[in-house]
Amino acid sequence: MKPAPFDYVRPGSLDDAIVALAGDPGAKVLAGGQSLVPLLSMRLAAPSRLVDINGLPGLDSVEAGPDGVRIGALARHADVLASDDVRRVQPLVSLALADVAHATIRNRGTTVGSIVHADAAAEMPMVLRLLGGSVDVAGPSGRRTIKADDLFVGPLESSLHHDEIAVSAFFPALPAGAGVAFEEIARRHGDYALCGVAALVTDDAVHAGYLSVCDVPTVVDLTGVADGDLGDAALEHLDPGDDIHASAAYRSQLVRVLTARVVAAARRMAA
Amino acid sequence: MTTKLFGTRVQRVEDQRFLRGHGRYVDDVAVGPTTLHAAVLRSPHAHARVLDVHVDDVLDLEGVHAVWTYEDLADLSTAMADPLPLLIPHPTLTHGRTQYALANAEVNYVGEAIAFVVADDRYVAEDAVGRIRVDYEVLPPVVGIDAARAARNLVHEDVPGNVGARMEQSNGDAPAAIAAAPHTLTLDLTVERSACQPMEGRGTVARWDPDVNRLTVWTSTQTSTGVRAAIAVKLGLDLGQVDVVTPDVGGGFGVKINHPWPEELLVPLAARALGRPVKFIEDRREHFISSAHERGQVHHVEVGFDDDGRVLGLDVTFWHDHGAYTPYGLIVPIITSTQLLGPYKPGAYRVSFESLYTNTVIVTPYRGAGRPQGCFVMERTMDAIAEALGKDRAEVRATNFIQPDEFPFDQGLIFQDGRQLEYDSGDYPASLEKIKELVGWDEFPAFKAEMAAQGRQVGIGLACYVEGTGVGPYEGAHVHIETSGKVKVATGLTTQGQGHATVFAQIAADVLGVPIEDVEVVTGDTRRMAYAVGTFASRAAVMSGSAIHLAATRAREKVLRIAADALEASEDDLEIVDGVVSVKGAPTSSIALGTIAVLSNPLRYAFDEQSKLATQFSVGDPGKPPVAEDDEPGLEGKDFYSPERSTFASGMHAVVVETDPLTAEIKILRYAVVHDCGYLINPMIVEGQIHGGVAQGVGGALYERMAYDESGQLLNASFMDFLMPYVTEVPTSIEIDHLETPSPLNPLGIKGAGEAGVIPSAAVFAAAISDAEGFAITAMPISPSELYALRLARSSKETS
Ligand SMILES: Cc1cc2nc3c(=O)[nH]c(=O)nc-3n(C[C@H](O)[C@H](O)[C@H](O)COP(=O)(O)OP(=O)(O)OC[C@H]3O[C@@H](n4cnc5c(N)ncnc54)[C@H](O)[C@@H]3O)c2cc1C
Repeated sequence: MKPAPFDYVRPGSLDDAIVALAGDPGAKVLAGGQSLVPLLSMRLAAPSRLVDINGLPGLDSVEAGPDGVRIGALARHADVLASDDVRRVQPLVSLALADVAHATIRNRGTTVGSIVHADAAAEMPMVLRLLGGSVDVAGPSGRRTIKADDLFVGPLESSLHHDEIAVSAFFPALPAGAGVAFEEIARRHGDYALCGVAALVTDDAVHAGYLSVCDVPTVVDLTGVADGDLGDAALEHLDPGDDIHASAAYRSQLVRVLTARVVAAARRMAA
Repeated sequence: MTTKLFGTRVQRVEDQRFLRGHGRYVDDVAVGPTTLHAAVLRSPHAHARVLDVHVDDVLDLEGVHAVWTYEDLADLSTAMADPLPLLIPHPTLTHGRTQYALANAEVNYVGEAIAFVVADDRYVAEDAVGRIRVDYEVLPPVVGIDAARAARNLVHEDVPGNVGARMEQSNGDAPAAIAAAPHTLTLDLTVERSACQPMEGRGTVARWDPDVNRLTVWTSTQTSTGVRAAIAVKLGLDLGQVDVVTPDVGGGFGVKINHPWPEELLVPLAARALGRPVKFIEDRREHFISSAHERGQVHHVEVGFDDDGRVLGLDVTFWHDHGAYTPYGLIVPIITSTQLLGPYKPGAYRVSFESLYTNTVIVTPYRGAGRPQGCFVMERTMDAIAEALGKDRAEVRATNFIQPDEFPFDQGLIFQDGRQLEYDSGDYPASLEKIKELVGWDEFPAFKAEMAAQGRQVGIGLACYVEGTGVGPYEGAHVHIETSGKVKVATGLTTQGQGHATVFAQIAADVLGVPIEDVEVVTGDTRRMAYAVGTFASRAAVMSGSAIHLAATRAREKVLRIAADALEASEDDLEIVDGVVSVKGAPTSSIALGTIAVLSNPLRYAFDEQSKLATQFSVGDPGKPPVAEDDEPGLEGKDFYSPERSTFASGMHAVVVETDPLTAEIKILRYAVVHDCGYLINPMIVEGQIHGGVAQGVGGALYERMAYDESGQLLNASFMDFLMPYVTEVPTSIEIDHLETPSPLNPLGIKGAGEAGVIPSAAVFAAAISDAEGFAITAMPISPSELYALRLARSSKETS
């Protein structure tokens, strides 16, 4: 469990970091390392160069304004979770973060890194998509904003170019009169969930986001669906799979149970 | 006044060191800057012929010092070309097979060692492993008990039916008793594979000292003497040339009693061949695929009983999956087949098993060692009898108990040590009363009804076990009282965090009348105690504890003899308190233990004020030899303890669970344990063993398993997917009550306690979940997904 050889650079500016990335097609960004380092150690990934962004200035901010929450690339899960402003402006971010891994991993892992890593079992990519958020990225040709709907292109695959660095993620604020809720079921406390569901209920719409029941974080429009049919309606858009921890049938059951619960909870909050 | 330490909650002397990160494990052993590091190429296939291994690309890699395959071994040491030892032969193990240190033309599980690389560091060693190319001819694998029994493919060409051993034992005529019984039942019961997963994996460091032709090996083992003997044989050395030292061990749980592991031989071999220290530290993936597993068994039960639930005849057949090889013999299935009986006395009993080869990691004992399976089988049977008769589950058990006045009780079978399965002592009815009280057994139906009214499902389970502990053949101890008055105790078995340094010191301090701070205990170092067996079968307290008691008693005898002489008093009038011997009632007439140690060693040369006391012009009768003919210089005691047979500890667990009607999640509401391991040396340490055992048992019952696919790949070979419970998954409180039924077999009246906590887990959780769900759970472990599947299958059966 020792990584294959790689170059390591720790640039002091965003520009240098982009140059370092662009200069080696086998280069990868290292943020909190909580996903990347295990992959290196098991030699499931063997990048030729690691561009450690932990030395970049000004990327660790967590800002909550009237429009929403903006999280810098070096803000740790724990920083975001600790922010009362975040919880007030967009409670779903905090609700879901509480179920991301364990305290030690949240102390190091970054929320933006988790989004870019694009794991369909991870909480924050799904939350970003449900809320209609976005990610700001910087690359050799400047900056651009990628909407969540355009971000998650496949299993563990985001639409960032190889030489782009995500600098922040933006989660829109909870509109007045809207409600959110989140619940997941994991085998052990803090594990990636077997199934997780978040709900967003507004004046005129009901949406639910799903993790671990399809290849990419998925949002389903449940507006107008009768309470008793929510889960089954969602399942028409999902593709729960079998693995060693849960059968597809069990995951489907969790979709039914959790969808009903979170939609009800979000409605209570909205009311 | 020195108070008696035996039986008190003495703080563990180890904990300061461990909790402050000052533990010293194999990887911390610093043998010098020239140390080389090893890595192993392991088979990616469950079953294949190895046609060719190409290592040419590797040798020119900078930093690589050696790359060995099977072909290289004979030149390095003739015996290395032979298979690894079969440690515990048995007449019924007609087709025992062991692997080679490096695969000889065939691999039989994913993870089997094929090539050994030694390099400057582990990074380079792993780079090198990645460059070795192997030509395989892949063969069809045998995975799981069903495939092994079907025997459409064979693991070893020359082992028909994949059957390594077939064994049967009986006491009375069980089939006849069943045929004549008023009620009969049959049950099929399965326990899946798992593994114990110590935090520290395997690891070995070796240094060859060419100036004196000696080898020193540090290894993370449960038997340093065993490893020493194996290395000597395999490397062609005399025992006297090999020292094996076991530093702190970060958990053993059984897996480290198997030996020698290939690396335990290859590392010293490399140290000798390369003239530099060599280190191998197993990583977690390697631990999953190249150490050992346990537990996988399928059982068929036929039982006949009367109207009271008394078992008249019990006939059990089971199939044991021992993996690709049988280095540890038949110990696990023999234990299942005998310890299955627990606290009960069936009218007649027959058991037979087949031990089967599969293309998976080897099976050797894991804490509990076959008992969890036996307990699961027996306790599920008891519950089934109660269900069939509509009787209380506790009552059916009580009906079948061996009674307190029936000890010693001979079960009429041969146990794992080749000796009669004869229980020394116990009081099962008293334990049952205690556990019922502790868990609120009689009040539970009311609680269950109350929960049901709220739409909640709860269930209670009870499971009883008897554990043969403290098996032979022997352990020894050496006690040395220094001239400082400090006491040095050495015993040869190893320690893995159990608290041996504390309980052994308690025993020695009590005998010698010294403060516990003055006692230092060394374990698992062949330089200090060359004769020892090892730490397994909950034997350390019974075996080494008794040996230390005996050795300390010998030292005390000598103390009193010399003191009586010096104080001109009778030995009977002396007492030792706080390290000082004095005449009872005349405290001024006294002499310190350290001074007695000085006097015990007649000297020619003085080197300090104290030693002057023992020089030739100060002491001794010039008319007699300075050391009497039947005496030795120094203040030491050495003795061995070798009991006739095992001591039998016992206990009962009860658990209350809640199962979610929608998500099938299983929540533990209460966990209670009544435990009887004879007199408690240190109740806090026994409770710690129980806590750890219960935690491990929760893992085994509800979380952990080895997920092999049909091609023999282990799908969950990491802690991400092998679900060892976190602290958040184990019960927040475990209610414990003790019973102390002394063993008549040893001077301290003690029995073992190390494994007990894990034995009844599968049984007790299956019982509680069955009670909550209203149908019988027959396979463990169980996950929410599986419980949900059982519910679906049941409801579709009901509707069809
Ligand atoms: C035991 C364990 C349990 C976990 N459980 C959960 C869980 O339940 N839920 C969950 O969501 N996560 C879980 N995680 C993952 C954790 O949340 C990670 O921290 C997170 O997924 C990645 O963040 P990081 O900062 O550590 O990224 P890294 O590991 O450093 O990087 C991950 C990937 O993203 C890329 N990357 C990171 N930052 C940027 C950036 N700014 N721009 C461009 N590319 C970037 C890297 O190149 C890499 O490919 C768990 C991790 C562990 C070890």
